Amino acid sequence: MSTDPFFLAPVRSAFRAVATTVVPEAAGLDEGGWAEMEETIQSQLAGRPEGLRRQIRLFVRLLQWLPLFLHARRFTGLDAARRTAFLERMQRAPVTILRVGFWGLRSLVFLGYYGSRHGASATGYAAHPDGWGAGR
Amino acid sequence: MTEREVDVVVIGSGAGGGTVAQELGALARAGKRILVLEKGPRFSEEDFRGRELERAAALYADGGGFLTAQRTITLAFAHAYGGSTVVYTGTSLHPPERIIRAWDVPGIEHADVVSRSRRFAEENGVHLLEDDLLNDNNRLFRDGARAAGYLPEQFPLNLRGCKGASLCNLGCPNGAKQGTHKVQLPAAERSGVEVVTRAEVLRIEDRAVVARVSDRPPGGRGEPSNWQAGEYRIRAGIVVSCGGAIGSPALLLRSGFGERLPRLGEGFTCHPAHILVAEHARPITNFVGHPKSFYVDRAAEERFVLETCMYFPVTTAKNLTGFGADHSRLMLAFPRLQMILVLACDRAVPGNRVAVDRAGNPVVHYEFTDEVIGGLVAATRASARIFFAAGAERVHAPSADPPLIERAEADRIAERIEARHFLPGRISVSAAHLMGGCGMGRSAADSVTDGWGRVHDVPWLRVADASLFPDALEINPYLTIMALADRVAEGIRKDAGELLGRRAGG
Repeated sequence: MSTDPFFLAPVRSAFRAVATTVVPEAAGLDEGGWAEMEETIQSQLAGRPEGLRRQIRLFVRLLQWLPLFLHARRFTGLDAARRTAFLERMQRAPVTILRVGFWGLRSLVFLGYYGSRHGASATGYAAHPDGWGAGR
Repeated sequence: MTEREVDVVVIGSGAGGGTVAQELGALARAGKRILVLEKGPRFSEEDFRGRELERAAALYADGGGFLTAQRTITLAFAHAYGGSTVVYTGTSLHPPERIIRAWDVPGIEHADVVSRSRRFAEENGVHLLEDDLLNDNNRLFRDGARAAGYLPEQFPLNLRGCKGASLCNLGCPNGAKQGTHKVQLPAAERSGVEVVTRAEVLRIEDRAVVARVSDRPPGGRGEPSNWQAGEYRIRAGIVVSCGGAIGSPALLLRSGFGERLPRLGEGFTCHPAHILVAEHARPITNFVGHPKSFYVDRAAEERFVLETCMYFPVTTAKNLTGFGADHSRLMLAFPRLQMILVLACDRAVPGNRVAVDRAGNPVVHYEFTDEVIGGLVAATRASARIFFAAGAERVHAPSADPPLIERAEADRIAERIEARHFLPGRISVSAAHLMGGCGMGRSAADSVTDGWGRVHDVPWLRVADASLFPDALEINPYLTIMALADRVAEGIRKDAGELLGRRAGG
């Protein structure tokens, strides 16, 4: 378990706003659930270069401030429909780096949510090492 | 730095390195010192239990998140005693004649390669899975493919005692998969070959390698190394690089061979792939049973191959296009999901290559050609037809926008799935068939090695892994890697007298 502070802590509110748009069920997470999600992401990136974490943090900041030019509000100030519309714009952006950046961030959200016990079990996925012998 | 001396050092223990190790067993039995250095640890079956992310982090480079320089493809390869054969599904096909002929490598004959791969297929217990062990995910593909006018074929698999855990890509918890960790490496060790794990080779020097052996990290999976942690310079009469299509070219590049070998790192191919899912109205057996039992080979005609597959929640979530409510709905339908892996048959083209950064770490450059995009789109359309023919309610197609295609739209597949929706970054592409980078050929002008894996003008340095492929194989490469590695080992045995004798005489 990592003891370093969560690398997205400085942009936590924007990250959680993105996360609940990417996985709507994440809105139902309590603080313990968010902590598990953050710990999962943190530990997966533990061995990666610091520059990568910096880029991700920067991209979350970009997502937070970019809507100001389109909707006169930061991302966290948008309602759910506008958040979704904005992120859909990002994933279809004509600039590859924006699409790739959003793809990376959404991958981290999926990793954090479906990598947790709660998220994985909610899908109904229940592979067992005993396979056919597990009695399903 | 600790100094050691052996006769042959083999770098890597996957399909290439494991095979070379076994096939040099005769030299070991004759008193030669054969050493295998493996970057990853030795795992037990107990290590192949637990959560998806923990296992992926222990097995895969970057936890399975190794990206190309363009960050548009995720490349999957493992570090373990047994290399990527530990995380492979066990599909075992012989190379197509048209591919080996097109490679046009002097000395490489299709009949010879197949004869060798057949020997390994037998050694690894390759067989067709019994019908009563096929799950719905595979049966639906077989029946849907037939109904849609395709020819489904059954994969021969290297399994002994498969319980159907469906966890092949995270290591088999039942030891059923007959990778090099189960067959060739134990045989090599019985012959006296030494295998050292957690040993990363930093560079190759003149008839020597420099390696760093690491301690097991606190809480880490796998056994500790059998050597003490630290740096070693290991002198050897023959060095065999078997680090795979990323590891071998990167190692040779950071060791300074790039100047004399202008083709080093070039010719990288990887069969770029999509994971497609479709939702059925009722639960099907999908995450129980072997995940990959059937395929449709349209490589020669349409530049794609379709394979059954079944992945895990995080991998699946990441590979679906989009996010939000539609994405969640599919994820929550997991017990009703059918999956197909579609692979494009790419070609070695200028620019797609393995390089290294300033620190010597591998960097893979890969741009999608129009032919690859066309192959993935054609494959996605074919898969959608198969899904609907199998009774699916809706199909998730990355190259459609929106990606969900309802059954009512089944007659508009070609219209809905189009190349213009293939936007790198919007859609997920992954690859696990990593090939090329140290291609075989005639001279340094067109290749890195000859048909025996001998690096041009460096007789003591050999390559024996998928990096030898001059172009994509267009099928799962495992048995072909073993066949070529067997040739390399044969060449080493022939040259051992001269190379090792000369070294012994100073």
